[in-house]
Amino acid sequence: MSKELKFLSHRVASGKLSRRDFLGRAAALGIATPFATSLLTKAVKAQPQKGGALRMGLTGGESTNSLDPATWLTQVPQNFGSTWGETLVIQSPEDGSPEPVLAESWEPSEDATEWRFNIRQGVTFHNGQEMTAEDVAQTIRRHSDENTESAALGVLRDIEDISVDGNVVVFKLARGNADLPLLLTDYHLVIQPNGGMDEPDAGIGTGPYKVEVNEPGVRHVSTKYDGYWRDDVGHVDSVEIIVMNDSTARISALQSGQVHIINRVEPRTVELLSRAPGVVIEGVPSKGHYVFIMHCNTAPFDNADLRMALKLSIDREQMINQVLLGHASLGNDFPINESYALYPEGIEQRTYDPDQARHYFERSGHEGPILLRTSEVAFPGAVDAAQLFAQQASAAGIDIQVQREPGDGYWTEVWNAQPFCASYWGGRPTQDSMYSTAYITGADWNDTRFFDEGFDDIIFEARAELDTSRRAELYRDAATKVRDDGGLILPMFNDFLDARREEVQGWVRDPNHETSNLRAAIRVWLQQA
Amino acid sequence: MGGWGSILKLIAQRIALGVLLLLAVSVLIFMGTEILPGDVASSILGQAATPQALENLRRELGLDQPAIVRYFSWLGGVLTGDLGVALSNRRDIASAIAPRLANTLFLAFWAAAVSVPLAILLGLIAVRYRNGVVDKTISGLALASTSLPEFFIGYVLIFIFAVTLNWFPSFSTVYEGMPFWQRMQAIALPAAALTLVVLAHMMRMTRAAILNVMQSAYIETAELKGLSQFDIIRRHALPNAIAPVVNVVMLNLAFLVVGVVVVEVIFVYPGMGQYLVDHVSKRDVPVVQAVGLIFAAVYIGLNLIADIAAIIANPRLRHPR
Repeated sequence: MSKELKFLSHRVASGKLSRRDFLGRAAALGIATPFATSLLTKAVKAQPQKGGALRMGLTGGESTNSLDPATWLTQVPQNFGSTWGETLVIQSPEDGSPEPVLAESWEPSEDATEWRFNIRQGVTFHNGQEMTAEDVAQTIRRHSDENTESAALGVLRDIEDISVDGNVVVFKLARGNADLPLLLTDYHLVIQPNGGMDEPDAGIGTGPYKVEVNEPGVRHVSTKYDGYWRDDVGHVDSVEIIVMNDSTARISALQSGQVHIINRVEPRTVELLSRAPGVVIEGVPSKGHYVFIMHCNTAPFDNADLRMALKLSIDREQMINQVLLGHASLGNDFPINESYALYPEGIEQRTYDPDQARHYFERSGHEGPILLRTSEVAFPGAVDAAQLFAQQASAAGIDIQVQREPGDGYWTEVWNAQPFCASYWGGRPTQDSMYSTAYITGADWNDTRFFDEGFDDIIFEARAELDTSRRAELYRDAATKVRDDGGLILPMFNDFLDARREEVQGWVRDPNHETSNLRAAIRVWLQQA
Repeated sequence: MGGWGSILKLIAQRIALGVLLLLAVSVLIFMGTEILPGDVASSILGQAATPQALENLRRELGLDQPAIVRYFSWLGGVLTGDLGVALSNRRDIASAIAPRLANTLFLAFWAAAVSVPLAILLGLIAVRYRNGVVDKTISGLALASTSLPEFFIGYVLIFIFAVTLNWFPSFSTVYEGMPFWQRMQAIALPAAALTLVVLAHMMRMTRAAILNVMQSAYIETAELKGLSQFDIIRRHALPNAIAPVVNVVMLNLAFLVVGVVVVEVIFVYPGMGQYLVDHVSKRDVPVVQAVGLIFAAVYIGLNLIADIAAIIANPRLRHPR
């Protein structure tokens, strides 16, 4: 076997070369694809090596952080939480479907209003106590209580009653919801002894590592828990997370090899950092998206032709290349991408078409400039993006005036208050939760003022529908409606950009959340030299 | 013994003045945070604020009291060591600040331990070889390092000594129970950055003050006595130049404590500066007030020491006419 091929397969395994490039180069060397593929599988599926101390330098930690899962909002407590705590269900990195963790299996009733979750047996908490169905029920009760301060309350609002039946936890819902398993993947819902009712910030969970050091805003350390129940995660001996809110500090720590993994690499530094020896950039398309939103009920945006004109007058590809330097994927004016389960394939991609835009604009009868508000806090590069949008729209004869707003108060004075502005959305676990949060009549944050009864009915029907193909059809209708009638201009889904040292192996590309769905620490292993 | 009596009186006067100044600063800090736009309650609750919740929180924070009442209850708390609780996480501020302050002082101490003797030594050497190549080189380098902003120096040090040479860690996270030697290694780069920032000021001042003294008649006497140049500087010039030198040293020590915010952020050092930045971004007013007051106290305290040292060193100030 050629040395070059072997070298190339290791390059793929360490993430320096894509699979497709590898096969291309193998073909150039005269190697048949099946053989090359099997070679690759061998290299990529190298056995995880156990041991070593993993260090991560992450932004998103403050001296105000707590170990109580209900309070987690930023990356450091979230990532640290996944080392010592576990949820019932996790979302698959491949297709976004629910996969069992502490719940072994689940079963809905016919109308999806009652769900029975079988709780895994033989799992222990770090204090030695056995994890029971009662602990699970108490945890979900704590997060779904009306008076809770838990950030997970929103997704659990439909739960009416939680009861325990042997090893089974039974959830009764106010309305049928086919997505309950996915809602339980929320990272706040870490199962704690007695649900954390006694001591919410004790840091006792069932995860592969137990809390060793907790210095909020400085560093967190967890070490291997001997009684952990499975061996396909938790390869390193200990995990240390060092709070590094300064972007340059993270990059130099990674370059000098003092940390193995960093998060939030800025798009403009990716090019430089990827040339550094021993460093690999991990970019993965996310569900998060950057948007321009119009109020469908406010003049002049209450005119469907004007909305269409604006949707056609934005050059999405140029925006991705110039504002995010290519680290994003194309949006199509509905808030769902391939990372969601039941993504509606094959909806035509909307493209930049100044002629069509001019046609719609003239038909709308609108005259004069259109005011677009933006701010640096709306999303990274939002001011540049707005100016670029204005320039692109001028080719269609549309005069967009960009007004830069102060970051302070943008989320109270401008977003969800002014009729046309820049904004962003993070992803949600399911299509239903995305649409229910921002697009149905009466949603908490319907920031495009999109009130369409037909659309609401589609979402409600899909929510309780257990037949997957029917459900997929409904979500296609929903997406088409938002795309064509809504007030959403969605040029791009931003990538999660993390970086790791070459010796970090087993990184799982996971679009559900940054740093490999917050689980990089328990998924990777360290290649010993 | 009248001399000592009058010194004590002078020192007592200085301390009383310092306390008064600190009180004035506390009023300024309180007023400053008071006139910030919007009230604390609405900036905590943000979007989710209902009128009832706002009112509850205002009452809880005592915001329904007039400002003057709140000022005195705050001051009373401060005087008894109670800095209040942080709004963002309801933790006791005093106990949260203590380790941070210790870290900041630790870094400042080592930066000072290196920079002060180094600056004075360089100053002496510059005087000894005044107007020669050595003097010019020392002054030039020191001035260059001072004119560069500290974040730039920090990044250059990180690039050279951490990323390229790998001699020191690029970040300075320290924690309780860290072995002393590791801790010293961790703070090497930030301490070096701080040293470079404060060095020139102290060095130039030492040089100027000693040169000033060197013009005096008694230096000529010493020269005629046949003492070596360096002995003259060390035994006759330096003691008489000590007052202005102490002054500028104290000023720089104060900077090492209160001016390190940027350096702490760059080097990820868990000191007061980072703590302050975390809470300013959350508009956590009680913490900002407490940190401001501590910084002011350090500043005033160090200047007080400089004054007192100057009084003791200078007979003319000891016996005012």
